[in-house]
Amino acid sequence: MTLQMTTQLKTQATTQLTAQLKVMIDVQGLSKTFTLHNQGGIQLKVLNNVNLQVNAGECTVLHGESGAGKSTLLRTLYANYLPSQGAINIWHRHEMINLATAHSRLLMEIRKETLGYVSQFLRVIPRVSTLDVVMQPLRERGVCEAESRAKAADLLTQLNIPERLWALAPSTFSGGEQQRVNIARGFIVDYPILLLDEPTASLDQRNSEVVIKLIQQALSRGTAVVGIFHDAVVRESVADHFFDVNREAEPAAVDF
Amino acid sequence: MQSEPLLRVNNLSKLYAPGKGCEEISLDLYPGEVLGIVGESGSGKSTLLTSLSARLEPNAGEVLYRNAKNEWLNLYELPESERRRLLRTEWGVVHQHARDGLRMGVSAGANIGERLMAVGQRHYGNIRKEGLRWMEDVELDVSRIDDKPNTYSGGMQQRLQIARNLVTHPRLVFMDEPTGGLDVSVQARILDLLRTLVRDLNLAVVIVTHDLAVARLLAQRLVVMRHGKIVETGLTDQVLDDPQHPYTQLLVSSVLTP
Amino acid sequence: MSAATIRDGYNFAYLDEQTKRMIRRALLKAVAIPGYQVPFGGREMPMPYGWGTGGMQVTAAVIGADDVLKVIDQGADDTTNAVSIRAFFKDLTGVETTEKTREASLIQTRHRIPEAALQEDQILVYQVPIPEPLRFIEPSEVETRKMHALEDYGVMHVKLYEDIAHFGHIATTYAYPVMVNGRYIMDPSPIPKFDNPKMHQMPALQLFGAGREKRIYAIPPYTDVKSLDFEDHPFEIQQWDESCAICGSHESFLDEVIMDDLGTRSFICSDTDFCRERGPIEESINMPVDTPIDTPIDILRETL
Repeated sequence: MTLQMTTQLKTQATTQLTAQLKVMIDVQGLSKTFTLHNQGGIQLKVLNNVNLQVNAGECTVLHGESGAGKSTLLRTLYANYLPSQGAINIWHRHEMINLATAHSRLLMEIRKETLGYVSQFLRVIPRVSTLDVVMQPLRERGVCEAESRAKAADLLTQLNIPERLWALAPSTFSGGEQQRVNIARGFIVDYPILLLDEPTASLDQRNSEVVIKLIQQALSRGTAVVGIFHDAVVRESVADHFFDVNREAEPAAVDF
Repeated sequence: MQSEPLLRVNNLSKLYAPGKGCEEISLDLYPGEVLGIVGESGSGKSTLLTSLSARLEPNAGEVLYRNAKNEWLNLYELPESERRRLLRTEWGVVHQHARDGLRMGVSAGANIGERLMAVGQRHYGNIRKEGLRWMEDVELDVSRIDDKPNTYSGGMQQRLQIARNLVTHPRLVFMDEPTGGLDVSVQARILDLLRTLVRDLNLAVVIVTHDLAVARLLAQRLVVMRHGKIVETGLTDQVLDDPQHPYTQLLVSSVLTP
Repeated sequence: MSAATIRDGYNFAYLDEQTKRMIRRALLKAVAIPGYQVPFGGREMPMPYGWGTGGMQVTAAVIGADDVLKVIDQGADDTTNAVSIRAFFKDLTGVETTEKTREASLIQTRHRIPEAALQEDQILVYQVPIPEPLRFIEPSEVETRKMHALEDYGVMHVKLYEDIAHFGHIATTYAYPVMVNGRYIMDPSPIPKFDNPKMHQMPALQLFGAGREKRIYAIPPYTDVKSLDFEDHPFEIQQWDESCAICGSHESFLDEVIMDDLGTRSFICSDTDFCRERGPIEESINMPVDTPIDTPIDILRETL
């Protein structure tokens, strides 16, 4: 898809388009280099001229060997890492916004409304109950206590977290349980874009299937998903496209 | 999203001696936003906080505040009475040491009620009711409302200090190491309380801390200070996960993670 | 004024004229800003601090040869403090002194306001131990002066709040803080709160002198003086079920006195002049006609 077409899309009223055609993420010439100032100023070139588009309702799976920069790309898409070069355009409130140049205030808004991210690790305030942890993104969007609670309970049930654990803080949970809490927290808001960093890494098959179902539901709602999945079964069941992340060569984007 | 800031700082400098204090600070704070100021001791973060909260006149620069009536006020051009009025109505200040922010000689209820009385509330029953409600909100035992704060534990004193500040529903709260001297377990409760209050009351907060974990959990945006100057600023997780400045990288890599 | 009546070697009213002028300037400022504490160059008086040196300096600065002076201590004209101060001024000014409130043009008082309503041509001088009403909560003078300047008075109600929280009512009974002329919070000196309403719109000029703290403040005639309170705990004055055992008064401030070793108690007027003016109740007290009246307590002792 060309930039011209993207611009065209931007100008057309969304109602005229089916959700499936909408470009949600448009990455142009993205490079990321880490400079380690305290280790002699070593430069680590992780991403080099990455171009990637993701449409609404489609799942793009990032592909590549370990250390190729899959996580780096995903984190850069979430504005967790600063791009060194290039643009990351995100469809937010009826326009394309470049994360690389957006003010942090706008980034916060985009994360609250548009960009969801499920990391590998759960990072929350200790001693806060599981239910509250899961509800939090909804509460921050101003959804009322009761509705948030109901939705959190529903997700935790789907993800097989026994109700007796809901009042406990997740820090005492096993790795798999923590990951499921993290997933519940990520899926509780219907973000238009969802970034998933190995959400099934420490899950058994039964729970992996639940996650697959959740991803498929999100896709059918028109969510654009970008993910890293090591589990081949999960990968195959959700992927619409694969995107090769390779730090050495010019990345070859899979043709849509 | 409200597009206009609540607090606007332009080129603020407050130097006690060359390199001591804070220098050429510019930043904006928006309603409902939590801004963290991090840096090691002596980096000028507390000086900056005191200057921002109208308690220390800067050598240069200005601090502008948009009040509840939507008027922009230049803090250090205001008469002192007006600055004090802001401090007990639209603002709150939570000190690291609760005894700096509490009246240790009077009861918890009086500590909470003081700001209400200062803004002219003269109904004892209502003041007391409000005191009890806030005791509950910050998870203090309401039966201890008539006890003096020096009979409270450190964590309880800190919660009382928070209640005392929030009772007039401020729009902007300044916090200096609010969980500084507390046990880790108590810290967590205070952090959770603060985060809930920030969300429910749509507070804007400037929080000074040297604890990056506290900053990560509370602040949405971060300002990193060194030698009195801002060396880096951005989204909290971005600054902590992908620090750009050599000093920030050093700071982040020096943290012990259990 | 006849020089012969003044003790040899002393200036009229003890203080030198320069000092009196300085104090008068402070008094003028105090009258101009009702309730505001004016610092003044307090002098050593020939008695220790705490004995009314502040009040005496104010009295010395305003007293003239035509004045009629009355001095009371806790309402009584005949206690050590009152007697000494009265004797002091009699010795060093030669003015006429009186025990009768109505006859006095200048009244120096410690801890009471006379029961009889004061008039426009009278001046009431209070002896003040601690002039700063905010001192109990704020030890710094710099800060309290700032608080007054900025009308930062929230803490005053904190004290009353504490009273209600601990006792169920405002338990402060003396030195009860007042708002003067809607602007300055003022300590009325340790008068019982019973006397507070008398300060409001008083026709007489009220002057306050604190010797140790070197502060002067004033309430000009006909000034609003409001006792601080809460809407649901309004200001109230003390009341007694008893009446004065001597004059039978129900409306004056009563002192409780122990009559004997068995702890028998009785109540009598604190204002001795007021009590005497009313006269003893015929039925209860048989006053020997030809015996000179001593003090109410003496009367009581003799008659009971």
